[in-house]
Amino acid sequence: MRSLVPAPAPPATDFRVTRSQRNVTWTGVVALIVVVVLARFPYIFYSGVTTIMVQAFIVLTLASMWNLLAGYAGLVSVGQQAFVGLGAYFVLILAIHGLSPFVALPVSAVGCGVAALPLWWLVSRLRSGYFAIATWVLAATVMLVIERFSSIGGGTGMPLPGFASLNPVLLTAYTYWAGLAVTVVALAAVYLLLRSRLGLVLTAIRDDEVAARSSGARVGMARMAVFLVAGAGCGAAGGVLAISQLQVQPGAVFSVQWTAEMAFATIIGGLGTIEGPIIGTAVYMVLQQTLASYNAWYLIILGLVAITVALFARRGLWGLVDERLHLRLFPVGYYVRSPGERSRRLTRFSR
Amino acid sequence: MVWVNAVIQGVLTGGLYALFACGLSLMFGVMKVVNLAHGDLAVVAGYVAIGVIAVTHMPVLWSIVIVVPVMAVLGYVLQRTVIQSALDRSVLTTLIVTFGLSVVIENGLLQFFTANTRGIGTGLALVTDSFNLGPQIQVAYLLVVIFVMAVGVLLGLQYFLSASKYGRLIRAVADDKEAAQLAGADYRHVFGVAAALAFGTVALGGIAYGMYSQLAPTTGTDTILLFAFAAVVIGGLGSLWGTLLGGVVLGVAQQIGAQINISDEVLAGYLVFLAVLVLRPQGLTSRRAQS
Repeated sequence: MRSLVPAPAPPATDFRVTRSQRNVTWTGVVALIVVVVLARFPYIFYSGVTTIMVQAFIVLTLASMWNLLAGYAGLVSVGQQAFVGLGAYFVLILAIHGLSPFVALPVSAVGCGVAALPLWWLVSRLRSGYFAIATWVLAATVMLVIERFSSIGGGTGMPLPGFASLNPVLLTAYTYWAGLAVTVVALAAVYLLLRSRLGLVLTAIRDDEVAARSSGARVGMARMAVFLVAGAGCGAAGGVLAISQLQVQPGAVFSVQWTAEMAFATIIGGLGTIEGPIIGTAVYMVLQQTLASYNAWYLIILGLVAITVALFARRGLWGLVDERLHLRLFPVGYYVRSPGERSRRLTRFSR
Repeated sequence: MVWVNAVIQGVLTGGLYALFACGLSLMFGVMKVVNLAHGDLAVVAGYVAIGVIAVTHMPVLWSIVIVVPVMAVLGYVLQRTVIQSALDRSVLTTLIVTFGLSVVIENGLLQFFTANTRGIGTGLALVTDSFNLGPQIQVAYLLVVIFVMAVGVLLGLQYFLSASKYGRLIRAVADDKEAAQLAGADYRHVFGVAAALAFGTVALGGIAYGMYSQLAPTTGTDTILLFAFAAVVIGGLGSLWGTLLGGVVLGVAQQIGAQINISDEVLAGYLVFLAVLVLRPQGLTSRRAQS
């Protein structure tokens, strides 16, 4: 007769908990090499290439933030253009007061994070679909308020001052480096955030909100933190946008098109993974560049692809890669290995 | 007197906003779908009406007889295919899919019909004529007609949902679709019918707006969807009469704002919306807070 008492488990010290199956170091080295190579671009390529890259940096930063909101915190915001616009306007206001736009950029990002607090207070009482439209109304309201101030251009906007003394070649290079820096900081912030305690809460919310709540996770606080971080990130992208366009126009910076682009890029690449927005941004840039001469067609096709992916490949393109290779460029989960096995995944927090 | 005028105009435009809002409210109430493409579909209905009138030269009001059923069928088909399969996955997917539809429709309209604004029935006596209510109060016939139509639609919906047999079925499915399914109701079909109703009101709203003002590809989101949503929130979620009240409050707020400063019309409406969101998040009519 078999005993009802389970056999004693092997001593716990034999288990090993790691972040990744493979050594993390090589990812770090590769990431460093990629950043160094990207930083050399202004020396290698003409400004046409770097201008396109700046656009990619803006979209990637935005997509990473939207991924944090929708992919982890379950907040589908359709009003992130509020922060793109605010970021652009903060840079403009500081530049009018004599600050270099490049110095104004980080200040503007922090300002957007702070501005996100009252906006969060307004919309946080609404859930899912109503939250989505409420953020949209909020973005429209912010734009209407900004347009009232004629000293910053009113309804027509104004050119960004502070570049008069700068050589155009240097300006393009500086703009490129600013975009690269914002993207690297944004991606690093998302990565570190998801590896932190808060990241664990966010991953739990992503997988099952009710279970997360009943385990004592402070869902509301986590959501607020994500909203503030996303506000700062989108604001930084808006600041880069203002610098790269050399002017700020309310209709352009507060356009819902920004949210469409960040959402579509994230969904196509893969919601709820750090890698997803990177893949999605690549797809976005290829489509946008090939269809550049056909006006709005790239957005139409992007939208249709996003709908198709959302319905038939919910984990996006990166999900398809991950299913086959179990690859993880940014290890944010944990793996538990028992002594006998080389790499059995007992706990994989990432889907 | 100008203030009385502003209130009267506001109440009447409020009817139009209630017409925008009732479809949004209905779809959320029955299938818990927040249709972000709501406004763009209204613009599509308006454009279809313009096309039908241009091709057949039929009277403007008759075009409603064609466009409303066409949109209702479109609503049924969209619900049974795209929206239902999104619903089967998650709420997040529904939002992504309807937002995707919104962007695709808006940019599609932009691509095929340019950014130019278009009106319906401009030059028609009903659209241009007005009557005097007082020394400074001029009321357009069209606004009165739209207001009466909106109240009629809301009354009809209310009666249909509360008194008819099929309305009972819709309410049963809205309450608990699995239980209704066990009792023999095909909830997917019922969802389709509810979507058809909602799209019918969307079509009316789009045509009415096209006659009252001008339609452009961006009207769908920056006017129709956002105003409809503001009306729903101000009035209180899940109540059709609340929706009418919400529309009226929004309309009056906008007209009073416009009276103070012509460029503050829209902003005034949104500020009232935000005030309601802060002070009375359950809306003006409902007693319970939304869970």
